[in-house]
Amino acid sequence: MATSYGLQCRECGKRYDNAPLSICDECFSPLEVVCDLEAARRNFTREAIAAGPSSMWRYQALLPVPDDYKPVTPAGWTPLLPAPRLAERIGAANLYIKNDAVCLPTLSFKDRVVAVALANAQAFGFETVGCSSTGNLANAVAAQAARQGLKTYILVPADLEPAKILNTQVYGARLVRVDGNYDHVNRLCSQIAERYNWGFVNVNLRPYYAEGSKTVGFEIAEQLGWRLPDNVVVPMAGGALIVKIRKAFKELVALGLVEDKPVRFFGAQATGCSPISTAVKTGADHIEPQRPATIARSLAIGNPADGVYAARAIRESGGWAEDVSDVELVSGILELAETEGIFTETAGGVATAVTARLYADGRIHRDELTVLCITGNGLKTTDALAGAYEQQAAIRPRLADFEAFIEEGSQKEEALAVGGSHAR
Amino acid sequence: MPVKVLLPNAFQKHTNGTREIQSTASNLPQLIEEIETTFPSLRPHLRDESGQVRRFINFYVNDEDIRFLGNENYAFQDGDEVLVIPSIAGGCSPQLQTHFALPAAQPGAPGLSTGPEPDVAQ
Repeated sequence: MATSYGLQCRECGKRYDNAPLSICDECFSPLEVVCDLEAARRNFTREAIAAGPSSMWRYQALLPVPDDYKPVTPAGWTPLLPAPRLAERIGAANLYIKNDAVCLPTLSFKDRVVAVALANAQAFGFETVGCSSTGNLANAVAAQAARQGLKTYILVPADLEPAKILNTQVYGARLVRVDGNYDHVNRLCSQIAERYNWGFVNVNLRPYYAEGSKTVGFEIAEQLGWRLPDNVVVPMAGGALIVKIRKAFKELVALGLVEDKPVRFFGAQATGCSPISTAVKTGADHIEPQRPATIARSLAIGNPADGVYAARAIRESGGWAEDVSDVELVSGILELAETEGIFTETAGGVATAVTARLYADGRIHRDELTVLCITGNGLKTTDALAGAYEQQAAIRPRLADFEAFIEEGSQKEEALAVGGSHAR
Repeated sequence: MPVKVLLPNAFQKHTNGTREIQSTASNLPQLIEEIETTFPSLRPHLRDESGQVRRFINFYVNDEDIRFLGNENYAFQDGDEVLVIPSIAGGCSPQLQTHFALPAAQPGAPGLSTGPEPDVAQ
């Protein structure tokens, strides 16, 4: 049974009853959900959680959904994996990966936020839902809306990766390609949400939607055996995920499920769209919007909705933010795949490359327990790796040809090794 | 040289439901003053305690964020459509805040740290 919850202005603190509303009418600042932790104390125990479903809904008592809500999608409860081979490569000794590349049903962490948003869309009686999206959210809304029988309008930048467009259309969603970047799309959605009586998951349902990200934090703590890590590295687009993982940890501490300890939060962006990491590095308490220019399209938000809160969470935790080039992020994708067998999308390449940088720069120490959040699947952004591999000539179906192929391969490897030793 | 200004739903409680106005302001500071003159009850909501325009209010000219056009230095063109959208994102440049500070404003930065803790359930 879900606990009681409501909306509150993040700046002036004004309280609101539950409604499809994301802006305070007093100070025009964003609203967020607050859950009554005291009311949750009885239901939100380690035992009750362990007896719950193998999905994010095991934490339903701290999610803003109606008491009688019956989940329709088993999102979340993704693997937390030790990553010794990646760790060795980047000079770490205690590294874990939270692998939302395999989050169901659409292979990104957005399935979590959409699950909460659409539960509320139905509670508010919306028959049509929508979103502005850089791709993963589009997929998640389209799939889960289909399952709930909702009509769907999804607005995306026109230059989105073809796989993300196809993975939206296949669910029967009405896709609107907008000639502009995500920030243009998002602004248009704000206007549409004021004109049409639709539930936009990241506009008028945003406070509920964002709470779904807490489940990443709940899972990390539970999968570590009910303890908090030393560090978390999180890719940042709008900035909500890193803020909500921190909120989840604080709620677990408040309810006595984990011991309190300092956790440092590290944000990862692509240099071509790095408004939050720039704010962290310069110590600014505001976000200067940027025009995105990166292949990491799922992070390409130049005017991030939770940017100031993300920067503040990072600073308060004693963490840092870093950004990497498109070349580095592609290396990050390859490195994660080659060492840990996890194929992530461009955002995961960013997070991996930033993690490597943080160890190299001494911002994260070798022995600290660090969790790297991988938020999306590489099958959606294969175009980022176009040209990364030479197409081998086909061999005839003969053993001799195969042996020649192997021989040629070892000669190449030897040549590379010799070249390498000369270089040293 | 009128420009069309579209106001968000969140303002309507303070504008008697007015969604759209025509303005002859030549730049953003003038436009904000004109909006405040037209809707006096909006003023305390538009600015914080130190008299500065609240950080979550964004201004767009046609399709562009006004901060990409020079911010308060941008001169409105005849036929411009100005869109006011709160809370899409958290940004307001320091220049803009300084420029809009009222003469009577108390000194002291309206820094984020003065607000309530944003990410802890109360």
